[in-house]
Amino acid sequence: MDTNHCEEIFELAARHARAQGVPDVEALIGWHTSALTRFANNAIHQNVAERTGWLSLRVLWEGRTARAGTNRLDGESIRRAVEEAIALARVQEPDADLPPLAEPAALTPVERHFADTAAVTPQERARAVADAIAEVRAAGQTAAGIYSTSDSLTAVLNSRGVDARHAETMAQFSVTAMARDSSGWAKATACHHRGLDPVALARTAAGKAAASAAPLELPPGRYTAILEPAAVLDLAGQMFGDFSATAIRDGRSFLAERIGRKVFGENIRILDDVYHALQAGAPFDSEGVPRRKLSLVENGVVREVAYSRQAARLAGVSPTGHGFPVPNEYGEAPMNPVIEGGSTSLEEMIRSTARGILVTRVWYVREVDPSEKILTGMTRDGTFLIEDGRIARGVRNFRFNVSLLEMLSSVEALSPAVRSSGEEAFDMVAPAMKVSAFPFAAVTRF
Amino acid sequence: MKDLALEALGAATAPGVSYADVRVQELRERSVATKNGKVGHVSSSVSLGIGIRVLAHGCWGFAATDDLSREGLARAAAQALEIARAGTLAHERDVVLAPEEKYEAVWVSPCAADPFATSVDQNLDLLLAVDRELRRNQGVSLAEASLTFERRRQVFASTLGSLIDQTRTVTGAGFSALSYRDGEIQKRSYPNSFGGQYQLKGYELVEELRMLEHAPRIAEEAVALHSADQCPEGEFDLILDSSQLGLQIHESIGHPIELDRVLGSEANYAGMSFLTLDQLYRLQYGAEIVNVVCDARLEHGPGLGTFAFDDEGVPAQRTDIIRGGRFTGYMTSRETAPLIGQTRSNGTMRADGWARAPLIRMTNVSLLPGEQSLEEVFGGTDHAIYMETNRSWSIDDKRYQFQFGCEIGWEIRNGRRTRMLKNPSYSGISTEFWNACAAIAGPEHWTLWGTPNCGKGQPEQVMGTGHGASPARFRRIRVGSAYGG
Repeated sequence: MDTNHCEEIFELAARHARAQGVPDVEALIGWHTSALTRFANNAIHQNVAERTGWLSLRVLWEGRTARAGTNRLDGESIRRAVEEAIALARVQEPDADLPPLAEPAALTPVERHFADTAAVTPQERARAVADAIAEVRAAGQTAAGIYSTSDSLTAVLNSRGVDARHAETMAQFSVTAMARDSSGWAKATACHHRGLDPVALARTAAGKAAASAAPLELPPGRYTAILEPAAVLDLAGQMFGDFSATAIRDGRSFLAERIGRKVFGENIRILDDVYHALQAGAPFDSEGVPRRKLSLVENGVVREVAYSRQAARLAGVSPTGHGFPVPNEYGEAPMNPVIEGGSTSLEEMIRSTARGILVTRVWYVREVDPSEKILTGMTRDGTFLIEDGRIARGVRNFRFNVSLLEMLSSVEALSPAVRSSGEEAFDMVAPAMKVSAFPFAAVTRF
Repeated sequence: MKDLALEALGAATAPGVSYADVRVQELRERSVATKNGKVGHVSSSVSLGIGIRVLAHGCWGFAATDDLSREGLARAAAQALEIARAGTLAHERDVVLAPEEKYEAVWVSPCAADPFATSVDQNLDLLLAVDRELRRNQGVSLAEASLTFERRRQVFASTLGSLIDQTRTVTGAGFSALSYRDGEIQKRSYPNSFGGQYQLKGYELVEELRMLEHAPRIAEEAVALHSADQCPEGEFDLILDSSQLGLQIHESIGHPIELDRVLGSEANYAGMSFLTLDQLYRLQYGAEIVNVVCDARLEHGPGLGTFAFDDEGVPAQRTDIIRGGRFTGYMTSRETAPLIGQTRSNGTMRADGWARAPLIRMTNVSLLPGEQSLEEVFGGTDHAIYMETNRSWSIDDKRYQFQFGCEIGWEIRNGRRTRMLKNPSYSGISTEFWNACAAIAGPEHWTLWGTPNCGKGQPEQVMGTGHGASPARFRRIRVGSAYGG
């Protein structure tokens, strides 16, 4: 699909809607191809590719709205989607709080599409995987992981003239190296596949697996914790849904009575900034509203939250460009967090720690308590005891129960922020953090 | 769809291809939700496409497309073959498949009342009535209710000669009441969290749930939790309702028995398993009263893991997983079964749509009912903590150490509920927990729950799984540690 095809699809949908007396139509149109080469036990074992396009169409009249979607983009299927959306909307009671369709606004484009990344072949992915496996195998270990590349186009068009389009490529490599009783992990994502270094990632993973061999079982308790960026983002990433005007209005957010208050340490500053050089994603939301840079946390004080158009209308403020596809119950959320870093390197954090735990990544992070934002989860694939300023040895993995309010008020040092990727939250720009008295609640068997 | 499947299979049967299968799937969905007296969302969607899987040069290749033209199918088939060839660049051993029969079948899941034949205003009327009932309680700050309907028709064809046409209809329904007071958030859900109950049924499920009748109690409990005592920390006898026990089965039995996970396929993402191959037939997984099966057959019930054939054309089966407390079986596929010396897959390969390749996934992994009455489950101990409805869930990547939180708890003394407890949680090690099982209620209290949101694989696939359970009691379990600091 090219961008002209988006226009044809929208015009066809709008014409069908007008013929039924519905002039206001909004279309989310997309096209996506992706391929993923997956390896385990030092061999490729799953190797897949997919392509699809879609139309998600919304009609709106007299305070009624509904959405119908299809991946069939022929004329008859588009007509049926229009009729379905109208039929779903027709039975509703009018909602006076529902805003009209968005008006056009100037967008700041971001260049995140690279033709050579879109053209990466299965052979190129397989060769990179083979090189990474060789690196891990040379350390006497076993490798598992993925190398994926994707190419997507997203567009929002509406009958008021909104026409927002964004093309993006994305490459992702992650690798787990497994030794007899230990493991290590590394992962990177980038819009251009040359931004990834699979062999270097494999070397990091293998190094962590070797260094954490014969893990010691430590008693649970409070330890100084040094969290690598992937661990920071997978923890902090659990709170950004709370930086939502709708969540606050609904009483679902831990920030409901904390806006304007200092809830984190002085050294915590968090932006939402889709335009940041290390970020990815479209510079507009699901209604085509340009994303605004938000200062979510300044020196520990919660300053701004995201507003969809409907939330903004209810609050009498301007929308920030973070709305989800309308209609929905959740409103909006920041999608491009940038946790500002500091100047302390990870090595310096380790050197300055008499006794502590170094955490590579965390796993199965879930919210225990929504009011105090207590999270539970496990450490995984590289958890180390630090003694006298150096990594002493690997330790068995811990379960933690930690309040983000407490954790982000106990940050002793931050590293420079980098583009980071985990498995529990979306990618973001985040630093490593040294956290005092981090509460580890239990220890597992490995 | 049959013609498309056969056309694609023909395109995939190229020189060098030792096996191929294709799945053409059409998915139709409707979702209706309300929030605080208003429509939350009303939406529907249709998705149609094909996934082509080939085994060539000993390697798998898979390509999926929504371009169903003759040229589109040929391109996808050629891409699958190219991907399989690329796999030889990092290859250890040829994939060998367990033998399987050829099947030709048409199967439609039972559906007494077609949910798509109900009108949207009928759906909204019910949800808004539930919403009104919830918000009749002034302490409820957020009332939400939802219905979801899904119908998948899939035609599977393989080079074994199988041609299988299956249609499955799934319905989901539920509601929740959230109460916000003085900075504290408490929530109750009915009949379960994650949007409620999901089964392989039609609209009859919605009627069976009698949501309107339960709304006042749920609202009252959500508000009362603010005044309840904090769940104590320590070791207690623990009684779980069947929905929470269903999730406990999912996490601490269902995932560890996936043979692909055991063999390392998920090491980079979902993790591995403590159930290494040497444990089969040796490990005392649970107490003698613990019997668990993995059962995709309709006889087991209308679960999210119920079907006639899995996504590589293997008939639905029942496998004993734990018998008399002893670990007796994994979930397998045609590729993995021979690796542990088994001659046939037990039929658990499932994909979450046409665009993804099938993986070993839970079907219905259920704890069989016990012989105790509910009174014996609750009354067989002087003092216990009873917990209902999941709120948080987490387990390590080998499935040893878990921690769950529930929406509500009660202190049980001499078989009777006494005080309500808020923020209840418990934790433990999987095998220690199941070996502590002291009582399981009988079949009249057994429910087959649907878990609609199970994630696995890269790219991630979200699958619905089924878990049957009756309320059960466990001895001396660690309680309250989530708030232990």
